[in-house]
Amino acid sequence: MGMEQISQHEVIITGFGGQGIVLTGNILGKAATIHDGRHATMTQSYGPEARGGACSSQVIVSDEEIAFPYTDNPQLLICMSQEGYENNRGALVPGGIMVWDTDLVETGELDPSWIAYHVPATRFAEELGNKMMANIVMLGFVSAVSELVTTESLKTAMLGSVPPHTKEKNGTAFERGRDYGLAILKSLAKQEGS
Amino acid sequence: MAGQAVLTGTHFINGDEACAEGALAAGCRFFAGYPITPATEVAERMSQRLPGVGGVFIQMEDEIASMAAILGGSWGGVKSMTSTSGPGFSLMMENIGLGLCTETPCVICNVQRAGPSTGLPTLVGQGDMMQARWGSHGVYEIIAIAPSSPQEMFDFTIKAFNLSEQFRLPVLIMADEVVGHMNERVVIPEADQVQLVERSKPSEGPDTYLPFQPGPDGVAPMATSGEGYYMHITGLTHDEKGYPVMEVWAQEEMTQRLVDKIQGNLDQILDFEAIHLEDAEVAVMAYGISARSARGAVLALRQAGFKVGLLKLNVVWPFPEDYVRELSRRVKAIVVPEINLGQMVLEVERLAQGRCQVKLVPHPGGGIITPARIMEAVKASLEETS
Repeated sequence: MGMEQISQHEVIITGFGGQGIVLTGNILGKAATIHDGRHATMTQSYGPEARGGACSSQVIVSDEEIAFPYTDNPQLLICMSQEGYENNRGALVPGGIMVWDTDLVETGELDPSWIAYHVPATRFAEELGNKMMANIVMLGFVSAVSELVTTESLKTAMLGSVPPHTKEKNGTAFERGRDYGLAILKSLAKQEGS
Repeated sequence: MAGQAVLTGTHFINGDEACAEGALAAGCRFFAGYPITPATEVAERMSQRLPGVGGVFIQMEDEIASMAAILGGSWGGVKSMTSTSGPGFSLMMENIGLGLCTETPCVICNVQRAGPSTGLPTLVGQGDMMQARWGSHGVYEIIAIAPSSPQEMFDFTIKAFNLSEQFRLPVLIMADEVVGHMNERVVIPEADQVQLVERSKPSEGPDTYLPFQPGPDGVAPMATSGEGYYMHITGLTHDEKGYPVMEVWAQEEMTQRLVDKIQGNLDQILDFEAIHLEDAEVAVMAYGISARSARGAVLALRQAGFKVGLLKLNVVWPFPEDYVRELSRRVKAIVVPEINLGQMVLEVERLAQGRCQVKLVPHPGGGIITPARIMEAVKASLEETS
């Protein structure tokens, strides 16, 4: 998927305050550093509002020490809001992976070089009983379609980061996203094969 | 988290949280503060952790009171700290001066945001560097440290406590929003691996003890209130007993001592890293978050064959005057990136005295300086001085 050749992987996750955007970045960073033993930075940007304002999280994963903790050109962009998509779509590198929430983002025309996936993450989370888990569905999906961090590490980091009484539900949300991602990959492989 | 002061292990936490963990590992058991972005997470972590390790957290009514409270905490014998950002740092200035005059060990973490005034609350700045040196009135020396990563937020907070205890003064941690809010790996060692320095206590009894009589290292042993020693502690100019003396000789003796205990112990205080400077034609001097960009720029330029090195300041005040003076004799230029319109660069200019080019790479605040900008400045300096 074009990401293997470079030693530094850059991700932007974008949405609005309250969706767990920063937690999502934190979990990716934890998986990379504590569990995969690599280097990672996670930075966040947000406005003065506590809820509802635009926010984003940037994660850099590398085999070497990271000097500059920001990226202008991620290889993976995860969009959980329309505003986040509009503001960041121009940044994704050609050939990059674009992931968005089916019900929250209207993409319009996509760059044909992108590998594009949409996931009904919020809808799945609602079906599982809590739309707050949409970010965890998204993480599960990302574990299927990207090799940014190992799946085992990501799951361990996720379970260690959510409130203890929500572990089971979040575990289910993660698997829901992951299964959906694996199913998409399978059907894509089938299409290519036929 | 209750009960464990040193959170031994590998963590992925932000710089503010790492600062709080460093304080706890250093033995800090009293925090008084007022929340302010981007320093709130230091206070938040301390409020969660201190009660579990037998400490006390107070949210004060403002930053003036916060600073006063930690001076009192320290005289009560407890390692004490506060954290803030620009507007709060301004309010703390008077009582930081009281801490300097009464030689009270304590630590103040300023997670800098862009100013002046309320400025950009959630965005980075390095505009308080000269305020750190000169912000309180009168004649004094200060110690200020600039971490450039969450790991350094942990390590340098311990260092700040050690220096404050050893030299009996408020020590400033001049962090910034990016270092404070960025998450990165932080390795916290075993408790018995944490090197701690404790304030020296009086060896004589209450009848002969003079609370401001310096020992051989220029620092006076410090009794704790409640131990039976008689102490008069004042912000007025005082003699070795601590009594006010409104005379020039007393002012001269006291201020000279405040200066000498720092300037006379530079070998124990100064801390900087010289990277690839042996054969450098251009040096980049940087601190805090800008030192990361500078490191990226220097390593990339070295790979491309340019003779460039990095002077990374860990302790920014006192300034490494002798080293920078000597450096200015052997390089063509010193490039200084900082997120202000020229502060620490003034020290370099003062010491270089025209012997080499001194080039500022400024940023008004709200973002960080890219390695690319520093690389351009270095290349321009090489051309201009060839």
